[in-house]
Amino acid sequence: MIESSGYTKLRIKMILTTLGFSLIPLLILGFTIYRQFEAAHTAKIVQHLNHITENKRRTIDLFLNERLSQLMAIAYTHKLEYFLESGTLERVFTLMQARSKYYIDLGIIDQDGNHVMYTGPYQAIRTANYKDQEWFDQVQAKGFYISDVFMGRRNYPHFIIAVSRRDGDRNWILRATIDSDIFDSLVQSDQLGANGDAFLLNSESILQSKPRFGAKLLGKMDLGSYARFPGVRTESITVDGKPYLFGLTWLENKNWMLAIRDDPAEELTPLAHTRSTVWIILAGGFLLIAGGTILTSNTILSQLLESEREKASLNASLTQSSKMASLGKMAAGVAHEINNPLAIIKEQAGWMRDLLGEEDIKASPNFKEFADSITKIEFHVTRAKDVTHRLLGFARRMDPVHDDVNINEVILQTITFLQNEARYRAIEIDTNLQKDLPYVASDPAQLQQVCLNIIDNAIDAIGKDGNIHVATMAVHDPDEVIITIKDSGPGIPKEKLDKIFDPFFTTKKVGEGTGLGLTISFSIIQKLGGRLKVESEEGHGATFIISLPMH
Amino acid sequence: MDIHILLVDDEADFVETLTKRFRIRKIPVASAGSGADALKLLEEQEFDVVILDVRMPGMGGMELLRLIRAKYPLTEVIMLTGHASLETGMQGMSMGAYDYVLKPADFDELLDKVRRAAERKALNVRAQSGN
Repeated sequence: MIESSGYTKLRIKMILTTLGFSLIPLLILGFTIYRQFEAAHTAKIVQHLNHITENKRRTIDLFLNERLSQLMAIAYTHKLEYFLESGTLERVFTLMQARSKYYIDLGIIDQDGNHVMYTGPYQAIRTANYKDQEWFDQVQAKGFYISDVFMGRRNYPHFIIAVSRRDGDRNWILRATIDSDIFDSLVQSDQLGANGDAFLLNSESILQSKPRFGAKLLGKMDLGSYARFPGVRTESITVDGKPYLFGLTWLENKNWMLAIRDDPAEELTPLAHTRSTVWIILAGGFLLIAGGTILTSNTILSQLLESEREKASLNASLTQSSKMASLGKMAAGVAHEINNPLAIIKEQAGWMRDLLGEEDIKASPNFKEFADSITKIEFHVTRAKDVTHRLLGFARRMDPVHDDVNINEVILQTITFLQNEARYRAIEIDTNLQKDLPYVASDPAQLQQVCLNIIDNAIDAIGKDGNIHVATMAVHDPDEVIITIKDSGPGIPKEKLDKIFDPFFTTKKVGEGTGLGLTISFSIIQKLGGRLKVESEEGHGATFIISLPMH
Repeated sequence: MDIHILLVDDEADFVETLTKRFRIRKIPVASAGSGADALKLLEEQEFDVVILDVRMPGMGGMELLRLIRAKYPLTEVIMLTGHASLETGMQGMSMGAYDYVLKPADFDELLDKVRRAAERKALNVRAQSGN
């Protein structure tokens, strides 16, 4: 038998190996699926972001272009004198405002920087001179100018668009002020999701439109410095300690960068969802595999244990048979050699007994002593003879007869032999014999000897007061007749259980048993093609089980 | 009725004692320590019963039995065997022995069997002479 700790180790090894081989592919699969999904999802998000960014840029560019074109159209379709007429500018402005209410005011500036005409709510700037201002030079040089958003004298966030017209040797400038709120509405839209954001930055990272979160208009929003680049770029930028995905693009008409911040929830929610799904699948898979592994390894181990047990019992019975065979040979040799001297001792004693009949010895004062002594010698020679004859009986090779035997009859007959002895000791022998028990091809005399041995032993084991139960029954597959002899005796201690079939093993007093009865029984049953087994627990009697093949 | 017995056994002490026990009962016994000696004695005189040990050095009991049955068919043979097996006894009987006795034998049992063997011999002799 392998020790149980060896089995525990084997079990752990099996479980770990199987788990390893099953779980590693499962984990790799789960990880790969998650990664693939993440990549696909990110690609989708980026594409979406690019799309929005591109659209918004176009909208803003279009807006600025339109304003610029409008101003140019106005400036180039009329001469300066036309605008200097009182009321003209107001009319033009009213027209413009009808198209776009974000126009705050409109003014004409001559080539010396003087505000010559103004229409709008800030009359204080009417007399202003812009000659020293940077934008004045730029608009003269380039023909148009779009400013950053600023507070200015109006103390209101706005920006200006100015166009200059060369009319002969004169230069004049048409300048419109536009409420920068327009950008907020252009930039923000539903497409951004609940937590997305969008804003415009000038080249110094000053906000040109109001973001939904964080910094205010004209505040600083540091996304890092980006040189002007064509198209849309997607960048992961950390703002306030959190990473966000940004779509970045530069406007065509103005040195402003449009930044669209992705809604992190939109990005993360499906990922979190996928992650938890993957975890649930992995956990489920783990439980299934672990359960399956434990179940399988238990089955395999119990089969292994079972076959180990069978092997052990086969080994035990083989060992027992070969032990019997060699012991038998030795016993036969010893018995034969002892029989000759025993015969001589017996005859010598007999001779002495014969001589005791002579007259002169009869007169001897020790006559009785001699006679007793001879009787004892004879008695003990007979005892020794019993032993040697049994030994030879055990060892003798003889082919058992194979008659059709009615086992029930053999048992009933055996019980009648022992009935008197049993009754004397208040032991009840009851039987439960299967009525239609099939006949068995066997040797009735030898079977009787076996039953006699076992029941006799049972009577001796019980001593007084008890019962012996004898039962027979036929079983199939293999076809066998089973005889069970159960006694209410003290039982056989575990350490003696595997010795009781050994020759000369006896629990009886010296002179009462030879220790050969069960040995002989065992070898008889074996020769008859059957098996003799014993089951016993100390204090609960013993059961002898004889199985005989039916054919 | 006188019974003439030939005792054949290689155990000298056994032969000696058994001889004494027969003689004290007024039964004449001749003895031989081997198969060859026994054949010599058989040639010299007629015996009613031969008591024959199965196992002897040289010529064994079984072979001697076969010779006796062939040469002196009227002489009865009782086998003595230390092999307490039916087998040997049965084998001897199938070869024509009258009976067999297991060693160590009970003297009275042996004597009883010798007497019966002698009776049978006498019967056989009478039957033969009657023909």
